[in-house]
Amino acid sequence: MSAKLKDRIATFVIIAFSALIIALLVGMLGYILVKGISHIDWHFLTAEPETIKAGGGIGPELFNSVYLLILTLIITIPLGIGAGIYMAEYAKEGRITVSIRLVVEVLSSFPSIVVGLFGLLVLVNTFNFGFSVLSGALVLTIFNMPLMVRVTEQAFRNVPREQKEAGLAMGLSRWKIITSILLPVALPAIITGTILAAGRIFGEAAALLFTAGLTTPKLDFTDWNPTSLHSPINPLRPAETLSVHIWKVNSEGLSPDAAEIAAGSSAVLVLMVLIFNLLARWAGRLLYRKFTSIK
Amino acid sequence: MKANHETPPFMKANQETPLLFRKHRAEEWIGRIYTTFCVALLIVIIVSIVYFVASKGVSTFAVNGVSLSGFLFGQNWQPDSDKFGALPFIFGSFVTSLLAAVIASPLSVCAALFMTEITPNWGKKVLQPVVELLAGIPSVVYGFIGLSVLVPFLRSVFPGQGIGVAAGSIVLSIMILPTITSIATDALASLPRNLKEASYGLGATRWQTISGVVIPTVLPSILTGVVLGMARAFGEALAVQMVIGNAPHIPSSLFESASTLTSVITLNMSNTVMGSVQNNALWSMALILLLMTFVFVLVVRLLERRTKI
Repeated sequence: MSAKLKDRIATFVIIAFSALIIALLVGMLGYILVKGISHIDWHFLTAEPETIKAGGGIGPELFNSVYLLILTLIITIPLGIGAGIYMAEYAKEGRITVSIRLVVEVLSSFPSIVVGLFGLLVLVNTFNFGFSVLSGALVLTIFNMPLMVRVTEQAFRNVPREQKEAGLAMGLSRWKIITSILLPVALPAIITGTILAAGRIFGEAAALLFTAGLTTPKLDFTDWNPTSLHSPINPLRPAETLSVHIWKVNSEGLSPDAAEIAAGSSAVLVLMVLIFNLLARWAGRLLYRKFTSIK
Repeated sequence: MKANHETPPFMKANQETPLLFRKHRAEEWIGRIYTTFCVALLIVIIVSIVYFVASKGVSTFAVNGVSLSGFLFGQNWQPDSDKFGALPFIFGSFVTSLLAAVIASPLSVCAALFMTEITPNWGKKVLQPVVELLAGIPSVVYGFIGLSVLVPFLRSVFPGQGIGVAAGSIVLSIMILPTITSIATDALASLPRNLKEASYGLGATRWQTISGVVIPTVLPSILTGVVLGMARAFGEALAVQMVIGNAPHIPSSLFESASTLTSVITLNMSNTVMGSVQNNALWSMALILLLMTFVFVLVVRLLERRTKI
């Protein structure tokens, strides 16, 4: 076989495999959206789920997912940015920094189910938070922290040196430089990273099985007292999220329309992830323009 | 006497720190303490995860007296008759993640080559978002598609029920594709131009350049991606659990129901009583997952040390 023919065959194979990947994504998205979107309507998005009858909705699950996401971000963002700032600005090259880097790497590669089990043991049982939104949010924080640390550190390192030096020359304190000069420049990248991480939180399920639970008490959307069990904003109530619901419906769903509900929920979940992706790109570009006055 | 001890006025002025300086110092401390606290929290989290999982996982052997070799190499998982052989699950985890890597690696490397070597301009514009979206799809959705498309397909083509190691590996391979692809793409893109140009200058074809120069140079990076992908596959729980069938024995074919460490933990953790032998055995499996994470990170570190272009 001549070298030229081999080259042609190899090129063909590479292009064919790449086309296969594109076809896989298009096929999967198409399947979910075609199967699911016909099932999505206002009733489906707001109604209570049914265990045995057909016609159940995903209202509480959708609310739980969003609520859990917001709570997680409230906890994660300050902690993650703080640790990221430490890594970018305060850490001196040395053994301690190397080991902190290793900690971040290991923490981000722990299987989600193991982190979930840790949450079950420590948060649910030992701290007695029970299966609750709070336990779920704290476990998701453990996932999200390494991601935020990396994003923040990278964003801070990408700030031009001159900006920092200008601040130092003005006699500002290091903290003042971080908060008033570096952070605004780094913010677009941090926000983009945060939104992408939010997409991941939204889809996470394995860790939530053991922490946020598989059930939701009947929610009363007129009750905003955070200590009442039926209040949607009570952080100590169990909360089944949308992705956990998909798993539950698939593995132990009894209702006759379980397949449709799974398809509809998957479509909602995928659409949310798509929206997060688009939002991340758009917000990053917009904020970058706003903060740097680059057209 | 007292007057002698008083500081003379000209020194007093120097001792009093200016207001701005004091403010700066306070700020500096707040910043330092806050960021150090955040980092310390990370360390506390990881230490406590390892401690709690390990103490629970070890108690199977230390408190309940299950033998370690019986757990690691025993083939019978019958908690009711006190048989806690976890080999079927360990086997299932290793086989599915290895197979997933075998399926995903060629696809990912081809995608990376397509983006960097074949059509660097529009190839990247098309495939990059595709890969990012694949990475963004939640694992339960992969499981759902596997269950409703892949399993019926396998059932109609191959003998058996469709569920099993094959279905699990295929679902996992699609899930780890983005990991391997993005790392391989980064490595290929950072390859110095002159290496390739030298090869082309000698009259090599594109494929000769790719197979003789490009791939050997970036191989450690590609392997890093493969190992990271395998680590992800090894720890993935719900997508695999949904399609693998969950039978607690070593399958004799790829199309026979099997189990992984993650799937058995997912299914049984909430059905067993905290502190019982069966429950502790599940924690031992979690400990295996944890230890494997360290192994994967170690391998990645070793590979990265060789990645010096």
